Amino acid sequence: MAETSRVLSSAPGDARSRPAQVLRWLLFSDYLVLALTLVYVAALSFFVPEILSPTNLRDIFLQILPLFIAALGLMMVLMVAQIDLSATSIMAMGCVVGASIMTSEGGYLSAQPWAPAVAILAIVVVGVLIGVINGVCTIVFDMPSFLVTLTTMMFFSGAAIWYTAAHTSSGSSIGSLPPAFLEIGYGGVAGIPYAAMITVVLAIVVHLLLTRTVFGRWVMAVGLNPKAAAISGVPVQAVVIGCFAISGLFAAFAAIIYTARLEAGTPILGQRILLDVIGAAVIGGVSLFGGKGTVIGVLLGVLFLSAVDNGLQLLGLSLSSVYAIKGGVILLAAVTDAIRHNVMARG
Amino acid sequence: MSELLLKISGLNKSFFGVQVLRDVGFELTSGAVLGLVGENGSGKSTTMNILGGVLTRDSGRVELAGVDVAPSNSRDALALGIAFIHQELSLFPNLSVEENIFLDHFPRRMHGLPFIDRRALREQAKKALDLIDLQVAPATPVMRLPQGERQLVEIAKALTRQARLIIFDEPTTSLTARETERLFEIIGRLRAQGIAIIYISHILGDVLRLCDDIVVLRDGRVVGEGPRADFTIERLVTLMVGRSIDRLFPEREPAPGTNSAALSVRKVSQPGVVKDVSFDLRLGEMLGVSGLMGSGRSELARILFGLDPYSEGEIRVGEHTLSPLSPREAMDKGLAFLTEDRRGEGLMMEASIANNIVLPSLVERSSGFMHWLKPAALGQAARDVAERVRVNAKAIDRTAVRTLSGGNQQKVVIAKWLLRAPTIFILDEPTRGIDVGAKYEVYKIINQMVAGGAAILFISSEIEELIGMADRIMVMGRGEVRGFFERTNFDREAIMKAALWD
Repeated sequence: MAETSRVLSSAPGDARSRPAQVLRWLLFSDYLVLALTLVYVAALSFFVPEILSPTNLRDIFLQILPLFIAALGLMMVLMVAQIDLSATSIMAMGCVVGASIMTSEGGYLSAQPWAPAVAILAIVVVGVLIGVINGVCTIVFDMPSFLVTLTTMMFFSGAAIWYTAAHTSSGSSIGSLPPAFLEIGYGGVAGIPYAAMITVVLAIVVHLLLTRTVFGRWVMAVGLNPKAAAISGVPVQAVVIGCFAISGLFAAFAAIIYTARLEAGTPILGQRILLDVIGAAVIGGVSLFGGKGTVIGVLLGVLFLSAVDNGLQLLGLSLSSVYAIKGGVILLAAVTDAIRHNVMARG
Repeated sequence: MSELLLKISGLNKSFFGVQVLRDVGFELTSGAVLGLVGENGSGKSTTMNILGGVLTRDSGRVELAGVDVAPSNSRDALALGIAFIHQELSLFPNLSVEENIFLDHFPRRMHGLPFIDRRALREQAKKALDLIDLQVAPATPVMRLPQGERQLVEIAKALTRQARLIIFDEPTTSLTARETERLFEIIGRLRAQGIAIIYISHILGDVLRLCDDIVVLRDGRVVGEGPRADFTIERLVTLMVGRSIDRLFPEREPAPGTNSAALSVRKVSQPGVVKDVSFDLRLGEMLGVSGLMGSGRSELARILFGLDPYSEGEIRVGEHTLSPLSPREAMDKGLAFLTEDRRGEGLMMEASIANNIVLPSLVERSSGFMHWLKPAALGQAARDVAERVRVNAKAIDRTAVRTLSGGNQQKVVIAKWLLRAPTIFILDEPTRGIDVGAKYEVYKIINQMVAGGAAILFISSEIEELIGMADRIMVMGRGEVRGFFERTNFDREAIMKAALWD
C-alpha cells in the first residue's frame, strides 16, 4: 500500500500523457474559471457586441456587488463543511424589518434623522441572529445544516410576508424609505459607488480573516477534520456558530444594498438569487467538503455566473432557459469539486 | 496434505520507472502458514496485490497448484481460490452477517432468477459460521458485532468461496488480545483443513508464534526466507531494516525520581468507563500504561485531556486542580495528547505539514484583539520543530500530510505538540502501524522529552515496548488500576496476567 501510493503521487511529472497532464492542471487551477469567463465573453461578443458596451459592463458590475457579499458569507459556512440555504430569507426578513423602522409612512422612527442608522443596525441584528440560530441548531444539537437552514429559510420567508402584511395596507412592500438610505443603492463619491466601497472593504476583511487570523486557521481546521481540531484546542462549536453568524451578517449587508436599490422593503427580496449565491461559491472553488475557499475564487465565481446570466439574457433566451443553463453550469462545478476531492483523497 | 500449492518466481513490478519488486519468489505448501514481514514500502502489499488480482505484474510467474495463473481482478482471484482479507474490512455494517457472506453469490430459488432462497442462505451461513466457531445469529447486522467477530465473518465469507489460500493483511491491528487469540486458533483450524495462509504483520512476536515459514522483504527483494526456527525477533529486525539495531529501544538515563508530581490523579471515576483511578506522574518520568483494548486506558487519557467528563475524583496538575476540563484548559496547563487514531483525530490529512504543526499553538503565537498571525514566523517555527523530529519531507508548507508514510505522519503529530513544549505528554499507541526504523526514531524523541524534564504517560498494547521504555508500568483492566510494576521488576508474564485477571 505505502509504496504504491508513494509512487503514484510522484507520477504526473514523468509518466502521464500530455493531455492528461493538461487536464489535471486545469482541474486544479484556480484560474480555470477566469479563463472560462474570458473565453465565454469573447465568444459571445461576436453574437451580441453590446455585452462589452460600457453600460452593460457597469450593469454587471453593480449587479455582482451584493451577490459577491452574500457569496462571501456563504463561503465561510461551506468552509466548515456545512451549508446555508437561509441567506435569501435573511435578506427578506432583514429588508422588511429595516424598512418598517425607517419608512415615512408610519414607520417606527419615521422622519427621525437617525432612522436609517437604526434600520441598518436592525437588519444586521436580524442577519446575525438568524445565523446564530442556524449555527446553534447545527452544531450544538447536531442536526444536518441542510435541514436546519432549509427550515429557517421557510420560516423566515413566511415570517417576512406576514411582517409586511402587518405593517402595510397594500401588504406587498414597504416603500417611502428616507433618501439618505437610498444613497447606498446607487450613490457614491467621486464616481465610486458606496456599494462598491462596502464590498471591497468586506472582501478585504474576509481575506485577512482567513489568511491572517487564528479564526481563519480554525475555520480551515474544522472544515478538514473537526475531531483533530477539537483535540488541538480549537473551540469547534464556537467556530461553526461564528461562520453561520458571518453568513447571516453578510446576507444582511447584501440586503441593505438591495433594499436601497429597490427603494422598498419587500419580502420577496432575493428570492431568486439563492442558486446564484451557492453557485458562485462552488464555481469559485469553495469546496463543499470543507476547508477550502478563497475570496478571489468567489469573486471569479460571481463574475462567471453573472456573465453567463447577462450574456444569455442579451441573447434573448427566456428566463427559464437561463435558469436551466445556470443550473447545469453549477452542477458541473460541483462535480468538478467532487472529482478534485476524490483525486486528492486517492493521492 | 502438504503438496506445493503456490509457487511465485521471478516477480518484477515497477511503477512509473520505479522498481518496487525485484525477482521476488517463494513457495507455500497447502496447510502451511507463511509469515510475510518487511517495513512499509518493502513490497509486501504489492506482492499480495498481484496475487489478489489488484495489480498486474511486469514479469515473473505465479503458479497455483501447478497451473500458471494471472488474476486480473479480485473476482478472478477469488474464483481461483485466493481470498484477501484486508486491513480495512470490506463488510457492509448495515447488512446482516449472512447477507455479507453471500453478497456476491446469493443462493437463488431458481437458477437465473433474481429471487434469493432465504432458507438456503440461512443454512449455508450457519454452516460457514460453525466452521469458524462463531456463535452469532446469521441475521444479526454486522454493525452489532465487535471488530474481532467482523473479521471472522470475513473469514467465513472466504470459506464459502472454497478458498485454498487466504491472505491476512495486518489482521490484529484493531483486535483485543482475546480476539487475537481466537483468530490464531481459527487460523490453526484452517491450516488443519489444508488451507494455506499468508500472514502479514508488523507484530513480529505473533509472526514467530503463528507461522511455519517466514519470508522477509526489503526494498522489493526477498532478503530472508526459511522455517520459523531460523529466526528470532532480533534477526527479523536486522533483516528488515538492513542494518543491525543492537537494541530495539534506545538507551536512556533512568529517572531521578526526586521530582515533584506533575500530574496527580485521585480516585477518578466515570460510570462504565473508569473506576477509582489514582496515580502520580513525576516530571522526568515515563509511566507506561498497559491493558487490553477496552481496559479504560484510552478512555482515561481522554478524561485527563478534557475530552470526556468524569463524575468523581480529582485531577491535579502541579498546584492547580483541573475541574471539568476542555482540551484548551488542559493545553494551557501544559498537557499534550497524541491519540491512538492518527488519521481520524491527530491530523488534517489534506492540509500541509506546517499547517498541521502550528494548529495547537496558534493562539499563543498570535497578537492583538483579532489574534493576528505572522505567517513567516509561524512557518519558521514549524520548520524548526519538524527538523527536530526529522520529518522527512522537502517543503513542509506545501506537502500534504496525506502523502507521508505512517511514521512521518506520526512525527508530524509529535511535532505539533512539541511546538507547545508540553510538560505532560500523553501518548496513546505512538508507534502503532509504523515500521521498525520509524519506531526507533519515535522512541528517541520520547526519550529526549523525558530527559528534558517532561512527564510522559505512555499507553501501549505492546508490553515489550513498555518494558523497553518506561520507568514504571501501570496495568489497567475493566476501567480499574490493577497494579504498578517498577522498572527493576518488570515481568512480561506478570504484567499480562494483571491485565487479563478478572
